Amino acid sequence: MHAPSAFPPPIDDVAQARRAPSLVRWTVSVVIVLVALQLAIFLVTNPRFEWPVVVRYLFAPSVLMGLATTVLLALIGMAIGTLIGTVCALVLLSDHRPARAAASAYVWFFRGTPLLIQLIFWYNLAYLVPTISIGLPFQPPLLQWQTNSLITPFVAAALGLGLAEGAYMTEIVRAGLMSVDPRQQDAAKAIGMTPTRAFFRIVLPQAMRFIVPPSGNQVIGMAKATALVSVIAMNDLLHSVQLIYNRTYEVVPLLIVAVFWYLMLISLLYAVQSRVERRYSRGQHASSAPDGLATAA
Amino acid sequence: MPAAHLTDLPPPLDVADPQATAPAKPVLSLRNVVKRYGHFEALRSVSLDVHEGEVVAIIGPSGSGKSTLVRCVHQLESVEGGAIYLDGELLGFERRGQHLRALSATAIARQRRQIGMVFQQFGLFPHMTAEQNVMEGPVHALGDPEEEARTRARRLLSRVGLADKLDCYPKHLSGGQQQRVAIARAMAMQPRVMLFDEPTSALDPELVSEVLAVVADLARLGKTIVLVTHEIGFAREAASRVIFMEAGRIVEQGPARQTLASPQTERLRTFLSRVL
Repeated sequence: MHAPSAFPPPIDDVAQARRAPSLVRWTVSVVIVLVALQLAIFLVTNPRFEWPVVVRYLFAPSVLMGLATTVLLALIGMAIGTLIGTVCALVLLSDHRPARAAASAYVWFFRGTPLLIQLIFWYNLAYLVPTISIGLPFQPPLLQWQTNSLITPFVAAALGLGLAEGAYMTEIVRAGLMSVDPRQQDAAKAIGMTPTRAFFRIVLPQAMRFIVPPSGNQVIGMAKATALVSVIAMNDLLHSVQLIYNRTYEVVPLLIVAVFWYLMLISLLYAVQSRVERRYSRGQHASSAPDGLATAA
Repeated sequence: MPAAHLTDLPPPLDVADPQATAPAKPVLSLRNVVKRYGHFEALRSVSLDVHEGEVVAIIGPSGSGKSTLVRCVHQLESVEGGAIYLDGELLGFERRGQHLRALSATAIARQRRQIGMVFQQFGLFPHMTAEQNVMEGPVHALGDPEEEARTRARRLLSRVGLADKLDCYPKHLSGGQQQRVAIARAMAMQPRVMLFDEPTSALDPELVSEVLAVVADLARLGKTIVLVTHEIGFAREAASRVIFMEAGRIVEQGPARQTLASPQTERLRTFLSRVL
């Protein structure tokens, strides 16, 4: 097929060349292996890890109950947070000044105070507001409850986590919505879509690409932040192992049990996040071009 | 040939005039339309009728208000004075006794469904394939059954020469192909009038002709078209009427060939000598 070459066959061909030797790379590898070995020996030979105790409590019913509470709290907190965050982000991007001021004040307050204080506050709400009632302003209440019967530790924890999360999610959703080309709004209008349809079909799916990665971080942060609720006597994962080691003094192995489950939970969340990210990056990667016919725009 | 002036149009109507009745005949009708950006007057009392099957090309220097004009017709920009009618229906407002009141966003969306729009920057939805882009309006704005919309989308995409690109995302299409999808997307709504806002200005030179060929095809089918363009040659060939705008006003208009061959105003003559 090719015309006979005018040149003699080459002596050198870089296709077979090797990498240049590097002392730094080699040293780093050796150090990593040594440290890993040392760590493994430490974990195995130090008797104070009490691995049999870890194994005994790993699937203990009270620990699994605690894990379930932690997962449930993280899910509810995240759901409340995402809902509040989306609404507040839309409000902040609207032209309604009073609503915008209210949303900014909310974000300012809940992002600006430690979550631990917020949780303790919600737990002690009954001190400030002994009864909670529903009715018209300045009228006798239609429905009334004792705060202590309504704000159980679980409700206080879910409220605290959700409200704090909402403040962070507001900023994440807002940034995501702002990252969508404003001309996409025009294009959605141009095919006669109502604003609501345009938001859910055109703007939000594109914003998700920028919302999902930081939200994933938030979910992971939230799953770990649930450990804070142990201070308000919520029987979460951490609290459930605390109850055991307060009785048996096997602090280290029981903390390892908790660490194991937190890591499992976060690995699962991470896998979910990767899937969701792939879902919303449709149309973004050149690699999905069919049969290599792609042309750069 | 009397240049520019609108003596042959019916007397101007105004948003503020309670006696106003819309003229019935033209598809699209603008009366004394005013648009301001702060103190800058982008449109200074523009009046214009576009009749069924007409292909109106709007030319003029940048900043003359030609893009603003089509964006106002599509209610993408708010209009500050005058009125725009589609088939005699006032766009963007409704009469409540003595007053005109702005329509809700939903009502405006309903009116927009009768007007197709093609943008300079294509504006395809990047998270949808070509076929999904074309189906989106019929399914999610008109509420057409999905299968019917798919059939129509496929027919339109093959009409613009993209039958083999149904499943491609916009990122994998050239600018000319994207713009042809955008035209198919607008056509899928079966609009009364198609507006083109400089559809070839963002394209590489060698891709311009494939898009213009599609526009010419629509013109041959008898579609009513308003086309803002810098392609004077195309305007001469495909348009039935040419409108020359400058500084927010219509300066001259007339049959395309005749007007472009022998402009009546000095300003159009100067403009043509610069762009040709």
